[in-house]
Amino acid sequence: MQTAVTARKRTSLAGWLTEPTLAGMRRRKALLGYLFVLPTILGILVFTAGPVLVSFGLSLYKWNVFRPPTFVGLENYSRLVSDTRVLVSFANSARFVILAIGLQIVFSLLLALALRQRMATWMRYYFRTTFLLPFLLSGAATGVVLSYLLHQEFGVVNYYLGLLGIPRIPWLTSSDVVLYTVVLAYLWQFVGFSLITMLGGLSNISSEVLDAAEVDGASGWSWLWQIVLPMLSPTLLFSAVIGVIGGLQIFDQPYVMTRGGPGDASRTAVMTLYEAAFKNQEIGYASSIAVILFVVILAITAFQFAMSKRWVFYQ
Amino acid sequence: MQSSWPEKKNARAGHSVAEALPRHGRRWLLLLCLFALSVIMVGPIVWTISTSLRTPAASFSLPPKWLPTDMALENYAEVFARIPFWRQIFNSFFVTLSTVFGQLCTAALAGYAFARLDFPGKTLLFWLVMATLMIPLQATIIPVFVLISRIGLSDSLAALIVPALFTAFGTFLLRQYFMQAPKEFEEVALIDGANQWYIFSRVYLPLTAPGLAVLAVLAFNGTWNEFYRPLVFLITDANFTIPLGLNTLKGYMMTGSISVVLAGVSLSLIPVILVYLFGQRYLIEGIMVGGLKG
Repeated sequence: MQTAVTARKRTSLAGWLTEPTLAGMRRRKALLGYLFVLPTILGILVFTAGPVLVSFGLSLYKWNVFRPPTFVGLENYSRLVSDTRVLVSFANSARFVILAIGLQIVFSLLLALALRQRMATWMRYYFRTTFLLPFLLSGAATGVVLSYLLHQEFGVVNYYLGLLGIPRIPWLTSSDVVLYTVVLAYLWQFVGFSLITMLGGLSNISSEVLDAAEVDGASGWSWLWQIVLPMLSPTLLFSAVIGVIGGLQIFDQPYVMTRGGPGDASRTAVMTLYEAAFKNQEIGYASSIAVILFVVILAITAFQFAMSKRWVFYQ
Repeated sequence: MQSSWPEKKNARAGHSVAEALPRHGRRWLLLLCLFALSVIMVGPIVWTISTSLRTPAASFSLPPKWLPTDMALENYAEVFARIPFWRQIFNSFFVTLSTVFGQLCTAALAGYAFARLDFPGKTLLFWLVMATLMIPLQATIIPVFVLISRIGLSDSLAALIVPALFTAFGTFLLRQYFMQAPKEFEEVALIDGANQWYIFSRVYLPLTAPGLAVLAVLAFNGTWNEFYRPLVFLITDANFTIPLGLNTLKGYMMTGSISVVLAGVSLSLIPVILVYLFGQRYLIEGIMVGGLKG
């Protein structure tokens, strides 16, 4: 009997697979498993995992697309650390991320807590929808709209501020102001996104716990610090990680609004990468910027997770 | 724990300003603040639509008029005259729908395999997929650009679609949904003589319809709004997707009328608003699961 089975295995692959036994079914499922994951695995190897490794490789070459690449070792990296434009853009990105993500988390948390108030269903629905609305739009569209609204002379924002007696603010034309403008524009577009995350986090905390502590008279601050924040810490960590990863890669909205200017005042790391690679055709040099950006993102994410062991509280 | 409660009650005696207000007064103040904020959130969008309907001469008028007064639809005609906007609308739909469909297919297959089929190396392959979730677009864009040009796809819509057909996030998401589906259904189907493909496509796939909807809505929004990859891969106006078209339109209109540009912006908002109206449940679920790139 056993020899017959092995003989059949050797003679016919189809028979081996279609065998109407449990073992046959297990084999069919395994084969199906490989077939099912094949497109995704191949796609990821070709368009994600492979390219990351290639980026590391390319960063060691000098290559302007038209001539064959030449190996230059770490030259791109030594050029990078003395390239003021690159350094300025990384510093801008860092300032942007600290301000934008910090404010985004604080505001969305406050909004989420405010929306816990008793209010009519339509009202809650109205607030949730209006806060999320800008998030639905493209960064290009909001960039266009905000650059008109923030125009120093003709902009609607300065008009209303003028009514309050505030002099016209050079939102997009002063190198001292423009980065804050980019932060505000980011907040306008993305605060709704993290608000939804926070609402999700709050809804995971049993409302008895939240309300009991409130009714029990924990004062506002201690309620926030001793109940809400610890309970919400996984959500806060998640928002911080997603925010930093996304914030360090922000491009669309600031690019459309400012093109990195005036001067380099709102130039982000990604804009420098974009210009080096696709305007100046310096593929190798741009790759070294990409590698640094990648390593920075990984390091910060790892750091956030390492620190989280101290303050994130999982139920 | 219990013993500390009375202490807190005492602590409350140190009153703050907020506490001094009567409770319902605080509530109204809070609602007022929320309402003011919601006006700031929606204001720019209302202004966009009403200004897009204003004659170019009046488009800079201050104080801003919030209601559309002129109904100047010629701004909309002007968008189509200035840039190949019909073409760009088609391009955006083509790229978005192909990407959404492709991601649904590849992620459903892979998600199902990782959730419900056993094969040697499964765990390893799954961690490979998970590891690529951490890789930012910026770390891959240059080699992908080189690859795309080498295979002759630069300045084509395929350059946007092909690399986006595969999704680590979508695979992860759908795997979760497949894992929640009851195991017993497979046994019942087997007794009825169903084969493995039937079990996947007719038994479990319909069960994960909510998961597919979440992925579809997220992929639709993400792709429709995408700006960076189109900017890198596309050169010709006629191949542009809408966000890129708006960017050029803004450039053309630097000294001209902003109402034409805002007409283009208004048109670009329609699909995402519609998707939100019909699929907000799924969008919100998707955000909570944690997925939105870019």
